Amino acid sequence: MKSKVWIISAGLVSSAAIAALATGAFAQSPVTVTIATVNNSDMKTMESLTNVFEAANPSINLKWNVLPENELRQKVTTDIATGAGSYDVATIGTYEVPIWAKNGWLNSMDALFDRNASIKASYDLADLLTPVRLGLSYNKNLYALPFYAESSMTFYNKAAFAAAKLTMPVKPTWTQIQTFAAKLHKPQNGFFGICLRGLPGWGENMAVFSTMVNTFGGRWFDTNWNATINSPAWNSALTFYVNLQKKYGAPGATGNGFTENLTYMSQNKCGMWIDATVAAGFLKDPRQSKIVDTVGFANAPTGPGTPKGSNWLWSWSLAIPKSSKVSDAAFKFITWATSKEYIALVAKTNGTWASVPPGTRASTYANPEYKKAAGDFAGITLDSINRADPTDATKDPVPYVGVQFVGIPEFQALGTQVGQYVAGALAGQYSVSQALKLGQTAAEKVAKEGGYKK
Amino acid sequence: MIATKPPTYPWRTAKNVALALLAWVIALTFFFPIAWMISSAFKTENQAFATPPVIIFQPIFDNFSLAFAKYGPALKNSLIAAIGSTLLSFLLGLPAAFSMVFYPNSRSRSTLLWVISTKMMPPVGVIVPLYLIFKDLQLLDTIFGLTLMYTTMNLPLVIWMMHSYLSEIPIEILEAARVDGASLQHEFLRIAMPLAAPGIASTALLCIIFAWNEAFFALNLTNVDGAPLSVYISGFKTTQGLFWAGLSAAATLVILPVMAFGWSAQRQLVQGLTMGAVK
Repeated sequence: MKSKVWIISAGLVSSAAIAALATGAFAQSPVTVTIATVNNSDMKTMESLTNVFEAANPSINLKWNVLPENELRQKVTTDIATGAGSYDVATIGTYEVPIWAKNGWLNSMDALFDRNASIKASYDLADLLTPVRLGLSYNKNLYALPFYAESSMTFYNKAAFAAAKLTMPVKPTWTQIQTFAAKLHKPQNGFFGICLRGLPGWGENMAVFSTMVNTFGGRWFDTNWNATINSPAWNSALTFYVNLQKKYGAPGATGNGFTENLTYMSQNKCGMWIDATVAAGFLKDPRQSKIVDTVGFANAPTGPGTPKGSNWLWSWSLAIPKSSKVSDAAFKFITWATSKEYIALVAKTNGTWASVPPGTRASTYANPEYKKAAGDFAGITLDSINRADPTDATKDPVPYVGVQFVGIPEFQALGTQVGQYVAGALAGQYSVSQALKLGQTAAEKVAKEGGYKK
Repeated sequence: MIATKPPTYPWRTAKNVALALLAWVIALTFFFPIAWMISSAFKTENQAFATPPVIIFQPIFDNFSLAFAKYGPALKNSLIAAIGSTLLSFLLGLPAAFSMVFYPNSRSRSTLLWVISTKMMPPVGVIVPLYLIFKDLQLLDTIFGLTLMYTTMNLPLVIWMMHSYLSEIPIEILEAARVDGASLQHEFLRIAMPLAAPGIASTALLCIIFAWNEAFFALNLTNVDGAPLSVYISGFKTTQGLFWAGLSAAATLVILPVMAFGWSAQRQLVQGLTMGAVK
């Protein structure tokens, strides 16, 4: 009997402890906007300006959940798909927005603008760059506002070019890039002809390699969703990529992503680098770069097939999940963080226009102060973004939208899988034709199982 | 009385020196990554990423001032989750282990096996139902929810470890106490617990370390309010730009409390473990 009493009281004590903890945990403040974001420098700046927004909007508190890119995608997807409503603002890219909008996961910006007439009047929606806006639309409705946008371009080391008596054209071709790389490559001095992404992943090596496929005349699928990875265009693109990297690339190419190549380039160890336009700001930043005065900028190279799709289009954007219970407050925040006033505020806070979020608004590029600070690369960035057309990025017509990706949910997995075969070919694990054969099988499977191929 | 020289055994000295050297090599090998991380925390991002590695540099503290900015709330959550879940696990696990050792019935053995079987399923296999349960109970992003989660994670460990420690106590001691009129409560609190104290200490330390290092459930079930240090540290990773120095500073701050705790409890722990071993 005694023992029973004792066990029951132990149970009661634990329930009381649980209840005591619970009361503390359930307390919440009334209008809190929770933002899921990544740790990129522009987002860090946005987070550091929290108090400016809160001072102007005392009824709204901002909370930040900073996560690595992949974890962010997973968490926000789970959160939205289960309707948990943990996030009021999600930082997502050009790839996710149309897919998530199609799933009915995102609030339409057009509806929110209509509901908030005063914001609509002051926001100047027409100032957003058209390709960026189109990339964030689904069925002619806008589903996210761009925070910063990028394309891809060529960076080169002017000092190395001068020493080798070379001149980089404004619009180079891949063949020219290869010739330059051969002349610049001095591995014995720790200097490499070219740096290109080799790290497998749909957003890593496949971002740059997909633009190569486009401009070499290839595509992922034909209009009937037949996979076309075993086509001659893919073959010549992959052969070219593997040769270029093996002969004139940096060592350990399959481990090199954006960050590693940025380091090679900024530490004066690379002749050329083709990557995201946002890197221009980093290469011009004396705190990070040793080539501030000698870095040159050119357009992304074009291939023998078509000039179309040779440079990608990506934007990090702010969207409001349908599950958010405070969509109006969230809307107030995202219209602030993507406004002209915010861009000017960043310039004022950082003391330079070179560090404002680029690629979203025409007014940024018309601003004389921005032109002065980012003159070397501003023009190429703007041209590249305006030229990138996700609806017309290949030589032959395709049934999907996207420059460096295929706008279907399965692409994340497919792109990474093919990225691994591409990296396998680069590492010598597969021959080019083996890698393409494997990629073809994977793409065929996606087209069939996803119900795209009738 | 004849003075004699103490006998010398050169081979024994050599063996001792070799063993000491080996111990040092192993210790340094284990400590090297931590030392490297701590040194990277004082470098600039460029120095932290440089090849060949930078050995001599002017230390900077910028990384720490950045890492400190969000450290406080996450540290508080980690402490609550780690200590809270350990206490709860013991509150439930100790009586369970005690009853299975000293008052076994025909199902005790199978219950014990069932308890450990819950540890065999990979966490990712249960995350979706867990997420939905947490969502419905409004436990998402609460430190209470995470503490509960860690309790279920550590409970099997407590039951198993305490089961083995308690099994080493001779039943005769408890029988003698019963003859003297000790109640069940007395048997548990006054006899079994003091005898199992070293076991409790080492199990508690393990529970705290497991809860402290856990990242999977924390990343999936918390966002801001309930986020512990494992979520805090993941926020330092980025795909654009360099982050090793900042991440190293954050990681140094994260391991600091556990290291300090382990260091201070080292003597007692080793003592506790040896006592358990020779009993």
